[in-house]
Amino acid sequence: MQVHKYDVVIVGAGGAGMRAAIESGQRAHTAVLTKIYPTRSHTGAAQGGMCAALANVEEDNWEWHTFDTVKGGDYLVDQDAAEVMAKEAIDAVLDLEKMGLPFNRTPEGKIDQRRFGGHTRDHGKAAVRRACYAADRTGHMILQTLYQNCVKHNVEFYNEFYVLDLLTVDEEVTDEDGTTRTEKRTAGVVSYDLASGEIHVFQAKSVVFATGGVGKIFKTTSNAHTLTGDGMALAYRAGLPLEDMEFVQFHPTGLAGLGILLSEAARGEGGILRNADGERFMERYAPTIKDLAPRDIVARSMANEVREGRGCGPKKDYVLLDLTHLEPEHIDAKLPDITEFARTYLGVEPYTEPVPVFPTCHYAMGGVPTTIDSEVLQDNDTRVPGLFAAGEVACVSVHGSNRLGTNSLLDINVFGKRAGIAAAEYAADADFVELPEDPTRGVEAMLSTVRDGDGGERVAAIRAELQETMDANMQVFRSETTIKEALGIIENLRERYKKVQIQDKGKRFNLDLLEAVELGFLLDLAEVMTVAALHREESRGGHFREDFPDRDDENFMLHSMLYKDPEAVTEGTQGIRFETKPVVFTRYEPMERKY
Amino acid sequence: MSTTTEAAEPASTVDLPESTGGGITTFDITLKVRRYIPEFSDEARWDEWTITMQGTDRVLDALHKVKWELDGSLSFRRSCAHGVCGSDAMRINGRNRLACKTLLKDLDTSEPITVEPIKGLPVEKDLIVDMEPFFQSYREIMPFMIANSPAPSAERYQSPEDRERFDDTTKCILCAACTSSCPVFWTDGQYFGPAAIVNAHRFIFDSRDDAGDMRLEVLNDKEGVWRCRTTFNCTDACPRGIEVTKAIQEVKTAILTRAA
Repeated sequence: MQVHKYDVVIVGAGGAGMRAAIESGQRAHTAVLTKIYPTRSHTGAAQGGMCAALANVEEDNWEWHTFDTVKGGDYLVDQDAAEVMAKEAIDAVLDLEKMGLPFNRTPEGKIDQRRFGGHTRDHGKAAVRRACYAADRTGHMILQTLYQNCVKHNVEFYNEFYVLDLLTVDEEVTDEDGTTRTEKRTAGVVSYDLASGEIHVFQAKSVVFATGGVGKIFKTTSNAHTLTGDGMALAYRAGLPLEDMEFVQFHPTGLAGLGILLSEAARGEGGILRNADGERFMERYAPTIKDLAPRDIVARSMANEVREGRGCGPKKDYVLLDLTHLEPEHIDAKLPDITEFARTYLGVEPYTEPVPVFPTCHYAMGGVPTTIDSEVLQDNDTRVPGLFAAGEVACVSVHGSNRLGTNSLLDINVFGKRAGIAAAEYAADADFVELPEDPTRGVEAMLSTVRDGDGGERVAAIRAELQETMDANMQVFRSETTIKEALGIIENLRERYKKVQIQDKGKRFNLDLLEAVELGFLLDLAEVMTVAALHREESRGGHFREDFPDRDDENFMLHSMLYKDPEAVTEGTQGIRFETKPVVFTRYEPMERKY
Repeated sequence: MSTTTEAAEPASTVDLPESTGGGITTFDITLKVRRYIPEFSDEARWDEWTITMQGTDRVLDALHKVKWELDGSLSFRRSCAHGVCGSDAMRINGRNRLACKTLLKDLDTSEPITVEPIKGLPVEKDLIVDMEPFFQSYREIMPFMIANSPAPSAERYQSPEDRERFDDTTKCILCAACTSSCPVFWTDGQYFGPAAIVNAHRFIFDSRDDAGDMRLEVLNDKEGVWRCRTTFNCTDACPRGIEVTKAIQEVKTAILTRAA
């Protein structure tokens, strides 16, 4: 066991982690631990843009952006956080430009902007050009630019280091009124070096989780194989809550059957959706902004067209994204990558043929609860001293029950920067927390259980069954029946996981072992997700219950907070405690959500 | 490259052509993979599996099928699985490709499909190579914007034409397919290699950057651009369609024509 000591340890090197590292690295002794090389992170797969009310091509202001974010999230957004994000969006874009990001430009040389779903002028009057972009590879440019600036600032990376445990210690705290309670503090993390199989302990004053999402819980997903919810699961296992995990975004336009993302920019640039009758069906579901309605609405409309028999193809199981009325030069200039995906993976020529598409699991709105300064919460009010989170792993909550397109690239930049600054500032005044006795015990036990298991259950078989039941029962339409079906299967798979057996018994690059560990994360989070979905007997944003089709503000205008707790029972499930947290309102009263 | 033109409003209903989609086709392939597991043997070997795959499957799907169902020790890197993260560059039937972008149906499935690690970088295990020498060359060309003038309070302006000048080389995903296809790199590991030059090009031709001369000086080194023998392997290998050899030629020209 090797022990390292840093002021700040950042876990994850996607957009949020590297944006944090650029800030923290200039202020404090910082290390970044990442399970894949930084430039492999899934930020690079984001396509369409990053919204900020620069008003470079038409009138706009950040208050409209705030409103759109709140309404887009179906009013479950914490409005103070949305204000911070929309206001700081402008500097976030300018920061990236100064770091060298090659944005597309207007004829005058300013950063160009285009339309995106749910982003409107003057509180919903019409679609607005707010998304700053670089063709349809904006995420790629952000990831490369942030990595370039990490190289510039000599950020210290530990590549292919998996973090498998968050070390916390319980401290007795005496409040002003003399009462004492127990509080968790951060001591560091335990990491596994993929190349050697050695375990490393990183003692740190501040730890920043920037580990991304959990899309691999579903079969059809735009997410990378590596997005297995590691940070969420580690926080949960350490006794910290997870917030709003029932809310998952299904992106409307995944390549049919494959789930590969085709950017909403395709519709921002004028593309439209059609059913088997050739009808532009979004005119019926969202008469004002049609195909540029928010993703939850478009995804549900598509699934409904298929359900009512107007799907396309031999199985009538997808709809079409039609770009054929756009000029090929326009497509080449603005959407080169996604049209290449259609050609490469489906053999479809988007100039002349509509592209088969269906919703694909894309983004987790929920995650580890944080304050607007990216500090992780251990209950509704109490921070975990020294623990921070930013990006998809976190729930600030700026996305509420449905994230608007482009707001994730914005989230990672605004809150990644805030997390990096906050972590370094905290470390400047804090002392190291003494490591728990035998800090690697938990990880060693977990790894040896998997390595020595001989029960004959295969990781891939359990994972495939999990993903299939999630697709079948927890996608855009849910009901008590389907959720219970999924939960029953998940409980069964959790039992089978105890008998998992792997084949690779070596120490070097043992991805067989790590895939088994990641499956454990997925199973924990699938259970949390389904229990939260069962509890929320209403429909809001990405969570649609056929048995409760309306939003119910009276009973459910609340964030869900789920804790691992062996004593507790929630919705018949042993081991999970359910609590709620109020939503923060500033200026917007909930209204019916129409587009 | 910037337009704010309005597209005409598309028709509410159109007649669609008859669907050409058919049922899912399946076929058998033989996958032949170069294995090397130094913990257990100093010798590399070939393993073969015959497996049934589907019409839209890629080489990565075949590798996963083996790893997940037949031999869990088979080791390779992958992440996004659709050609944007750059993890899974490998030598497929003797050519550098991304496994996730190479459809099986586009290969000759009557013969075994061979998969080997990319060449010129030390093999760690099976298809996994040590990427550190590759990233070392990348870091040496100073792959970040260096602007001498103080940053403006708002954005720097750049004309669409100036932005277009270096567009091609911004597409690089650092997968190393180009560098590890280069015969010069195979015999001389000190050569910067195409990917580092591509990333230097991205800044040298960016009108906002002021350190072009410094980068050109780095690449004027004996291990720099002059080692390039314009075999075009790199251009053929690039999964992003970057005209790598052209970019290298432009850097050579820039060195020759720069102000003394």
